[in-house]
Amino acid sequence: MSLSLIITAIVTMLAAVAAMSLRNLVHCALMLAIAFSGVAVLFLKLDAEFAGFTEILVYVGAVAILVVMAILLTRSGDTPNQTVLTSGWFVGALVTVAVFALLAWAILQTTALPPVAAAVPSASVKQIGIELMSHYVLPLEVIGLVLTVAMIGAVVIASKEEAPADSGPAKSALAAKPHAVTPITPTAAAEISQPAGAALKKEGVA
Amino acid sequence: MTSLQFCLLVSAFLFATGFAGAVARRHAIIALIGVELMLNAANLNLIAFWRFGPHPEALTGFIFTLFSIGLAAAEAAVGLALVIAIYRHKRTSNLDEIKELKG
Repeated sequence: MSLSLIITAIVTMLAAVAAMSLRNLVHCALMLAIAFSGVAVLFLKLDAEFAGFTEILVYVGAVAILVVMAILLTRSGDTPNQTVLTSGWFVGALVTVAVFALLAWAILQTTALPPVAAAVPSASVKQIGIELMSHYVLPLEVIGLVLTVAMIGAVVIASKEEAPADSGPAKSALAAKPHAVTPITPTAAAEISQPAGAALKKEGVA
Repeated sequence: MTSLQFCLLVSAFLFATGFAGAVARRHAIIALIGVELMLNAANLNLIAFWRFGPHPEALTGFIFTLFSIGLAAAEAAVGLALVIAIYRHKRTSNLDEIKELKG
């Protein structure tokens, strides 16, 4: 257990606490990026280079930016004046303390942990690729499907609904859905019919 | 305290922090950030057990971490899209005011 590991862990934990406790949401997102970077450095310190760089790419690169975009889109970037805690925050804090105490007690008391291996395991990209394509090929395909579905679902959920002209704004999203779909159909029909029309015209000319 | 125990303790602290944010903050985005922190804590656990475990050459914990990162990215995308959709519909992202699924 080296000193750099301890310093990285302390920075990560402080950033995580700040991300959960600051009042301004943009500051929270920045602290979250620092916490993710700290976890990535911990991965690197634990000789999992590929996982560390994946963590940086996915979390610091994508998830933190996504969070910032969501904060800006929901116009919650300025510091709130009223309380930022839920009504039942005290029970949540109690449960949190209980969970951490139980986990820490279990970790410090147990004798079931394996003895620390002296040899540094190697996880080259080649090995990871061979494992992914042999043992774990089914989960790999499934996660590709899940990512595709999640991408399409996110676009569908967050896409702007057309405001229906005849119904009020209090109507449900289900009622608004046909209105959102209908404007697509004439343009799609026009796109489909146009080449056919052009082809017909050409034949007529010939 | 061994290195494995140290990593597990850090991971437990990260998990507790994320849990506290997920249950005690009013803003929906902070709750999602808390879930992300909890997933990161789980990833740290998996990597630590891979590094200090008896069979690191099998790469089990390592590959599980990769899948977990991918799933977390999908979860973040869908969750933030839901927050944006709810904000557009109800003009709020306060979890105390979002009480029904019906729009």
